[in-house]
Amino acid sequence: MNPFFHIGRYFMLMFRVFSKPQKLSVYWRQILHEINSIGISSLPIIAIISIFMGGIITIQAAFGFTSPLVPLYAVGFTTRESILLEFSPTIVCLILAGKVGSNIASEIGAMRITEQIDALEIMGINSAGYLIFPKIAAAVLIFPFLIALSMFLGIWGGYAMGVSSGACTEYQYVFGIQAFFQPWKLYYSFTKVIVFAFIITSVSSYYGYHTSGGALEVGKSSTSAVVYSSILILLFGLILTNLFFHR
Amino acid sequence: MIEIRNINKTFDNRHVVKDVSFKFLPGKTNLIIGESGCGKTTIMKLMVGLHEVDSGDVVFDGENFPKLDVKGKQEIRKKIGMLFQGGALFDSQTLEENVGFPLDMFTDLSKEEKLDRVNFCLQRVKLEGKNKLYPAELSGGMKKRAALARAMANNPRYLFCDEPNSGLDPKTSIIIDDLIKDITQEYNITTIIITHDMNSVIEIGENIMFVYKGENWWTGDKTEILGTKNQELFDFVFASEFMKTFFKKD
Repeated sequence: MNPFFHIGRYFMLMFRVFSKPQKLSVYWRQILHEINSIGISSLPIIAIISIFMGGIITIQAAFGFTSPLVPLYAVGFTTRESILLEFSPTIVCLILAGKVGSNIASEIGAMRITEQIDALEIMGINSAGYLIFPKIAAAVLIFPFLIALSMFLGIWGGYAMGVSSGACTEYQYVFGIQAFFQPWKLYYSFTKVIVFAFIITSVSSYYGYHTSGGALEVGKSSTSAVVYSSILILLFGLILTNLFFHR
Repeated sequence: MIEIRNINKTFDNRHVVKDVSFKFLPGKTNLIIGESGCGKTTIMKLMVGLHEVDSGDVVFDGENFPKLDVKGKQEIRKKIGMLFQGGALFDSQTLEENVGFPLDMFTDLSKEEKLDRVNFCLQRVKLEGKNKLYPAELSGGMKKRAALARAMANNPRYLFCDEPNSGLDPKTSIIIDDLIKDITQEYNITTIIITHDMNSVIEIGENIMFVYKGENWWTGDKTEILGTKNQELFDFVFASEFMKTFFKKD
């Protein structure tokens, strides 16, 4: 189908999503529910991946720095930069696009094919606002905390693996993760996270909301949600990187 | 009262609803009957705005629904209760939450008042004490009854029922029919029921529209339907041997 059709329909849906909430107390309750379902339930997978990836980055960096001209604190520095700039904000968000995105698309898609969305509309409820706004708000609120945790655990995983394997000393690693730190890079990372949170939830909701047919189509919507969220994450990652690293 | 006037709907060059007009009366069970695929559900979806009419009017007590803005439509919809074919209960909510949902959204009742209303509705559909069950834990008939409880929770002025008996055993069907009829008469609701269940037609058909190939082919009530001379309606009503045996045409 024409991509302009999807873009137009996406923005029309977003217009409905961000129209005035009908009852704030109900929306607030939904946001809390979504924070739990989108955010808290993703903690274990994020923790496991971050710790292991931190360890892997540290070992690979230590293995690569064979020249005596490169100080070993560069291991900590490389680990920090990799995790803060790309691994936690982008790769973890790609993982969340798979986990959260498919979940949202299939949940809303199933509601569509079982007429639950029609039921909301007939009650006089703005179904797009009621179903999608809390998911977007919850993700935008909770993703930065998840990614901050991922950063912390990634760096800690690198420390644990680097020191225990003898790749570098504790002092070298700790010195490395503090060396040449530029705080604006955190703004860059968290800006990416907020944009990615919006992309994952809104694109997945879009595909779920416009599901028609049966169980097969719910599966297709779920796949489309993950594929297009991932592509948009990479695209917007590139755009934001160009903006922040522009000289 | 709801009146539809000359409504038309076309999907991909297929003229599905052709110039249909009818008056749905308050306090009566208004039935839309017809073969599968004749356009019954489309007419209902046009009436509640799930599809846009190509032309024609859908008038809810003087207000022409298709001509209203979004807010106006929402105001009308707050007065509508709808029983979907599959129930359309919210999977993630308990029965109590499902039935209480319209009250949460549109009223400022206290928790206790809401619970009282929910319990009243559940008791009305004979599901008292099932408050904490989820839709997945209910049988087909219980789902339909729960959906009916949700539809009536906010005291609707208009009740739409899309094949309320489909997939149910005859005994449960009668329970659902009786419930709908009782609620309609008790609260003077304008009730519209889509069905092809002849038991329902004979039991509760007070104001019937027979739809044939997207057109309003015949109108009447349950007493008139059995003596019909209309060939298409006759073929529909007397499709089964049982009906032919017990209600033969002269």
